[in-house]
Amino acid sequence: MPDTYDVAVVGAGPAGLAAAVESAAAGLGVVLIDAAGQPGGQYWRHYDENHARPDDRRGHHGWSTFTRLRERLDALTATGRIRYLPGHQVWLVTRDENGAFTLQLTPTTSTRVDGAEEAGLSRAETARALILCPGGYDRQLPIPGWDLPGVMAAGGAQALLKGHRTLAGRRAVVAGTGPFLLPVATGLARAGASLAAVVEANGTLGWLRDPVGAMSVPGKGVEALQYAALMARHRIPYRRGTVIREILGEGRVEAVRIARVDRVDGRLAGPEEEIAADLVALGWGFTPSLELPLMLGAETRRDVDGSLVVVVDDLQRSSVDGVYVAGEATGVGGAALAVAEGRLSAVALGVALRRTPESSRRAVVAVIGRLSREIRRGRRFAAAMHRAYPVPVAWTRWLSDSTLVCRCEEVSYGDLVRAHRDLGAEDPRTLKMLARPGMGWCQGRVCGFATAEISACLSRRETTAEDLRPLSTRSLAVPVTLGELAALADDLPGN
Amino acid sequence: MTADLVVVGAGVVGAAGAYFASLAGLRVVVVERGALAGGTSSAGEGNLLVSDKEAGPELDLALYSQRIWREDLGEHAGLWEFESKGGLVVAASEHGLASLRELTVHQRRYGVEVRDVARAELRDYEPHLSDGLAGAAFYPQDAQVQPMLVVAHLLRLAREAGALVRTRTEVVGFLRDGDRVTGVRTTGGDIPAGAVLNATGTWAGGVADLAGVHVPVLPRRGFILVTEPMPSRTIRHKVYAAEYVGDVASSDAALQTSPVVEGTGSGTILIGSSRERVGFDRTVSGKAIGTLAAKAIALFPMLREVRAMRTYLGFRPYCPDHLPVIGPDPRAPGLWHACGHEGAGIGLSAGTGKLIAQALAGDGPDLDLTPFAPDRFPEPEEALR
Ligand SMILES: Cc1cc2nc3c(=O)[nH]c(=O)nc-3n(C[C@H](O)[C@H](O)[C@H](O)COP(=O)(O)OP(=O)(O)OC[C@H]3O[C@@H](n4cnc5c(N)ncnc54)[C@H](O)[C@@H]3O)c2cc1C
Ligand SMILES: Cc1cc2nc3c(=O)[nH]c(=O)nc-3n(C[C@H](O)[C@H](O)[C@H](O)COP(=O)(O)OP(=O)(O)OC[C@H]3O[C@@H](n4cnc5c(N)ncnc54)[C@H](O)[C@@H]3O)c2cc1C
Repeated sequence: MPDTYDVAVVGAGPAGLAAAVESAAAGLGVVLIDAAGQPGGQYWRHYDENHARPDDRRGHHGWSTFTRLRERLDALTATGRIRYLPGHQVWLVTRDENGAFTLQLTPTTSTRVDGAEEAGLSRAETARALILCPGGYDRQLPIPGWDLPGVMAAGGAQALLKGHRTLAGRRAVVAGTGPFLLPVATGLARAGASLAAVVEANGTLGWLRDPVGAMSVPGKGVEALQYAALMARHRIPYRRGTVIREILGEGRVEAVRIARVDRVDGRLAGPEEEIAADLVALGWGFTPSLELPLMLGAETRRDVDGSLVVVVDDLQRSSVDGVYVAGEATGVGGAALAVAEGRLSAVALGVALRRTPESSRRAVVAVIGRLSREIRRGRRFAAAMHRAYPVPVAWTRWLSDSTLVCRCEEVSYGDLVRAHRDLGAEDPRTLKMLARPGMGWCQGRVCGFATAEISACLSRRETTAEDLRPLSTRSLAVPVTLGELAALADDLPGN
Repeated sequence: MTADLVVVGAGVVGAAGAYFASLAGLRVVVVERGALAGGTSSAGEGNLLVSDKEAGPELDLALYSQRIWREDLGEHAGLWEFESKGGLVVAASEHGLASLRELTVHQRRYGVEVRDVARAELRDYEPHLSDGLAGAAFYPQDAQVQPMLVVAHLLRLAREAGALVRTRTEVVGFLRDGDRVTGVRTTGGDIPAGAVLNATGTWAGGVADLAGVHVPVLPRRGFILVTEPMPSRTIRHKVYAAEYVGDVASSDAALQTSPVVEGTGSGTILIGSSRERVGFDRTVSGKAIGTLAAKAIALFPMLREVRAMRTYLGFRPYCPDHLPVIGPDPRAPGLWHACGHEGAGIGLSAGTGKLIAQALAGDGPDLDLTPFAPDRFPEPEEALR
């Protein structure tokens, strides 16, 4: 049996980095596991460190927070207080009769830090508690033509840019909704792309004006203003109340057709217009990665932005004993909030495991109070942002019978309508079983949200957490070879 | 609303019962507490096997069901991806092969078609089979369907024949007239009926309790692995190890895993399934899925590098004697059962539905239902004595 850590932190994004560093500071034995080759998650996804240039940090807000966390991680790893396993994905978590967690890890194929001797091996780690910080990824809505080469997720375009210095296209359209479209657009522009348009489904840069939002997190207002200024400097046309109606092209993207939508519910309302483009980056907010919390049976709910998120209490504890969750997985809210949640979960765990010396009790209580206030402010801000940039209610009306909803299994909107109407599929799980959306390689990561919304809409009801759960649940967090699975037969005691 | 027949449970067995009863002219109402096929019928595989059955009443029912799938339901076969691909049962050792040959002698006598496959012929059947297997038996009758499509289409056809299907409606009690069952009480109101069919699979014991009768149906958990899509015909038949037949018939509570490996229309390969009695525990067992994977690799070494996309589990409804319960319940006239089909309910559903419809209509059923009688079990008190 390998060593049992006090805590396994999964994910080294803003939340996970903070959680790992703070856990170690609280005296806990920590293993930090992250799929990426370098720390930072999606916010601080940065250039390959070995080939970085001084100006690489441009386009990164909160860089100093990151460097501080990063330095502490390096120091704590060097002294053996944190065991850091980059390039590893957790694919299964089980629990033994004493309550200890076993995490099964598989190496990822992404670039790895040189000399990371851990990389490349399947392995298992055990821990008494978990802090899950799996973050999220771009939320997608199906639109006609979204399966053409040259169409990508907004974060995907950004990642290519930041991680690999690759410019994904020459003439780009960034579309969807939300403030995160702006850094993607300005990033592309700075890298030399010409930005044909940012196509924003909602009305305005609402969060700038939203009194709650701006007051809650002052830094955020500043950040947004900076992006607005950058947009102006690069002369990027910002088309509000507009959506991409269809992506056009023979064999790859050549143009998009855009149309104005009704301000209230997003119904198509206006004249259409064609814009030439060879890159389309789409983003409709984020979908939290909930495979691990759901695998463990954590309670979930539907958040303001329509995402399924983990229910946590005011100390970041999920409904499952010993499982803390921080960052995007508890509600999409940006990097600063993720850091605060990561910290709080670690401090709370330190207290729960009685590692906080009597002498520093008072200080810890003060820290918890401060972090809780920061988190409450962050949540208020996030809610205001989500209300300003909703997924338009009527989005399913943009679909035509032949629009692909699930690209892996090539399931069209018409297939879903028929499974609902003729076969009686009243909910997403039944839709999935009868028409196969979410049955393919990505296991519903891309089409899960859309399928849940379509299903609810076909049954003329509001989408619920119940609708979102079946396509967010994955029995294996990532696909693994049968050879890796077979190793479980020898390693684990029977249960 | 009054019905001739209320079917409780919209799994594959209830759907088949509703379909054949509607065709026979009965006014049918199907009541399901969740979504259609929301129980075990969406949590297993769709093998229609004769190969895994020893001579006896279950084999009779399996062979009868074969006929119903191919004849009565033959015109709809395409709707549920019916594929008569055949099963290949392989033996690893000479000893295993000898027992397999012995089994096939009996099966042939009962009408099962089976061909002996010599070691040298194995690769003609399955090019990727492992070296060093002793031989096999090939069962051309073994077939497969997509069970959820079976349920959905049978219910659609039943609706077209006049049946009503009410999902999200739970049966919480029975309407009685003395001993007689005269309908059901549901979360959506009472439904008077001439007869009620308990087709609630693994939960049938609880529903029987509501009528005050004892029907011992218990859960037997099973896991299945699904791989990434592979080129078509990578694996051509249903392939399983000879030890599977022993596992199926076993009463052992401990984990048993003999893999059945098969390709599906979408290219994925299904590897099922383990058997263990652990109640309704839904936690993923690393031991169970690990052993399944290991044994599948032993049959097909190339699977080692193939990735599993997911695993899922279900609870087979089993009775202590491993036979289903089919027929009227003399202890509560008006109440009928069709449940407890364990790991073969998809395959056996067609025959079960047809037999129930015949018996309800007062015709003598094509098959003697005595071995499946609901009151064949000792009462719980007796069992304790
Ligand atoms: C283009 C873009 C622009 C953005 N701009 C801003 C901005 O200007 N301001 C702002 O505040 N926020 C911004 N965000 C949002 C911000 O990135 C997130 O809020 C933040 O990164 C969330 O932190 P996190 O720790 O929860 O998750 P993440 O940063 O997503 O990190 C999660 C980590 O967990 C790993 N992981 C997940 N599952 C597993 C597993 N099973 N095994 C191992 N590892 C796993 C992932 O690989 C990842 O490294 C932006 C995001 C994007 C994509
Ligand atoms: C891993 C695994 C693999 C399998 N592989 C095969 C195979 O290859 N071939 C094969 O033939 N069989 C296979 N089986 C077995 C097969 O799946 C079952 O025998 C079959 O699905 C049982 O069908 P059913 O209709 O009796 O039960 P179910 O499908 O469970 O239907 C019963 C229904 O009753 C409903 N219900 C329960 N209580 C109430 C109530 N009070 N009111 C209203 N509704 C209620 C439930 O919600 C459920 O939908 C497998 C099973 C498992 C677990």
